[in-house]
Amino acid sequence: MEIINFLNLVFVAPIEDMVFYPIFFTEVVISGLLTGIMYSLVALGFVLIFKASGVFNFAQGAMVLFAALNLVGFIEQGFPIWLALVLAIVVMIILAFLIERFMLRYLINQEDIILFMATIGLTFFLQGFGEMLWGSNVKPLDLGIPNQSFEVGGVLLNEFDLFAAGSGAILVGVLAVFFHYTRIGRALRAVADDHQAAMAVGIPLKTIWIIVWSVAGFVGLVAGIMWGAKSGVQFSLSLIALKALPVLILGGFTSVPGAIVGGLIIGVGEKIAEIYWGPLVGGAIENWFAYVLALAFLLFRPQGLFGERIIERV
Amino acid sequence: MLYRETGQFKISYAADQSVFPISQDRWFVSVVIAVAFFVVPVLASEYLLQAVMIPLLIFSLAAIGLNLLVGYAGQLSLGTGGFMAVGAYMTYKLTTAFPDINIIIVFLLAGLIAAFVGLIFGIPSLRIKGFYLAVATLASQFFLLWMFNKVAWFYNYNSSGTITAPPREMFGVIITGPMASAEIRYLVTLCIVIIFAFIAKNLVRGRLGRSWMAVRDMDIAAEIIGIRPFQTKLIAFAVSSFYCGLSGAMMVFLWLGSAETEAFSINESFNVLFMIIIGGLGSILGSFLGATFIVGLPILLTNAPQMVGLSMPIDMQKHIEIMLFGSLIIFFLIVEPHGLARLWQILKEKLRLWPFPY
Repeated sequence: MEIINFLNLVFVAPIEDMVFYPIFFTEVVISGLLTGIMYSLVALGFVLIFKASGVFNFAQGAMVLFAALNLVGFIEQGFPIWLALVLAIVVMIILAFLIERFMLRYLINQEDIILFMATIGLTFFLQGFGEMLWGSNVKPLDLGIPNQSFEVGGVLLNEFDLFAAGSGAILVGVLAVFFHYTRIGRALRAVADDHQAAMAVGIPLKTIWIIVWSVAGFVGLVAGIMWGAKSGVQFSLSLIALKALPVLILGGFTSVPGAIVGGLIIGVGEKIAEIYWGPLVGGAIENWFAYVLALAFLLFRPQGLFGERIIERV
Repeated sequence: MLYRETGQFKISYAADQSVFPISQDRWFVSVVIAVAFFVVPVLASEYLLQAVMIPLLIFSLAAIGLNLLVGYAGQLSLGTGGFMAVGAYMTYKLTTAFPDINIIIVFLLAGLIAAFVGLIFGIPSLRIKGFYLAVATLASQFFLLWMFNKVAWFYNYNSSGTITAPPREMFGVIITGPMASAEIRYLVTLCIVIIFAFIAKNLVRGRLGRSWMAVRDMDIAAEIIGIRPFQTKLIAFAVSSFYCGLSGAMMVFLWLGSAETEAFSINESFNVLFMIIIGGLGSILGSFLGATFIVGLPILLTNAPQMVGLSMPIDMQKHIEIMLFGSLIIFFLIVEPHGLARLWQILKEKLRLWPFPY
């Protein structure tokens, strides 16, 4: 009896809930999708840098925080919003330049793990630096993004979430165009493919790195705006890097579409698990559920959904 | 002149295969151990023992454990904190359930449980490699901490959700809990760490260590020469988790006295990883050096402003501390990516030729 009851709770009751309350289920899925896009935004920064320089940039989360802190800081100083945005972008470009000049340049040809640890060092630095400049209390970020809820066919939607999703989509579109149809984009893809061959045909590696890190900084800024407007600009923003990691391994480190699809899958999976199965185990499972989900995927596809096929030679 | 193996002839295979084949090394290690046992507890203050020496030793043990996995077997893991938590919580459960069992035995049992947990979370390593594996091991970190937070059984249903070290004695001396003196806890920690460092040192020289290194260097090639990669990797995960679990248990029972899951957060995992990278991957000595660096640096940074007579607001100082910590790590990785153990190696090479380098 106990066992049947348990099986019912785990396997039948949640499914029943989903089928009998389709509108609520749709709402859960949509809110999952929208959160997923926010994850994708962060994961995108990782992918860009990993593709172009082979660096697993743990500091992306800290860059999100740093960019958002700068933006809020400039607005608090009395700059108009558009100027603050421009300034924040400029700061991220300077940061990219400094990172290349003082860190990457000396770490060429080092093992991956050394570069990875260096970016963790960078994470500490950016957290300390950002909070030293602008203080460590929670700052609201208000860019006048509408935040009303409305109904479509009985499903409750939030304007802000749609706005975030829209800007995420636009960003991805712009990046895709940038990568495929511009001279710099082609150079970026060449570097991603093979550093030495790219250098051999005369592509300046250092410039490319600065550009990639600037673009990642810009993506970080967008992510920072979205997350900051949602939950305030604060230290915990840098922790969403940890949320983006399962998205990354699910989608594959080297794939931009992978980051998007991975983000959506993780977002939806997490929301559904939290709402339908979370209460069974005491809730707060979103911290690890994404990882377990990604792990399950990886057991079948070790390179992630869209990652490059791993070929091993002896 | 001081450090030269000339004239030290080996007359038996046992002597040839000893852990420290050069007598100067043997002397040096003996002196260091003697100082650690007899001089440090006498001279060091309570603060120095509690804030520096005990954490240093405990983190060295964790670093050795992670080094076996990352440095020797080549499996990048970020789940150290989770495995340390398993050791700590299991020690707490076991020692409150069976108060009569000697606490050292409880430590070892908890370590074995941690090893088993590590074995389970090591299973994906057969299919996943590199950073994919690193991120996958984060699953263990988050899942285990969540479990210890949510399931009240693990902390005996107490309201605060913390585990506290109860007083346990050995040979009539209290060695854990608030009553135990810092000297006693230091000595117990030192004994355990020396024994297990020695075991690790031997482990990596033997068949197992060699197969780990073969798998690290290229696992397909290792498979071809007859090493079973799956088993080898799993054993690496188990042994590493045993060490981490043991050090987690010691962290709560011999150092902190009480802890929540917060004490084993992802930051601890990164710290231990820093230790082995800065100390030197694939080096037992490096684990100690790295632990010294990472434990010592924040203490130094906290106390440095007072020493030079600088005063600043406390949060400002905290931020500068984090910044300096981050930039020093980057600086160090740039200057010596092979870690402190490599510097030690270079020093020894130089010493062999000194004072006539030509």
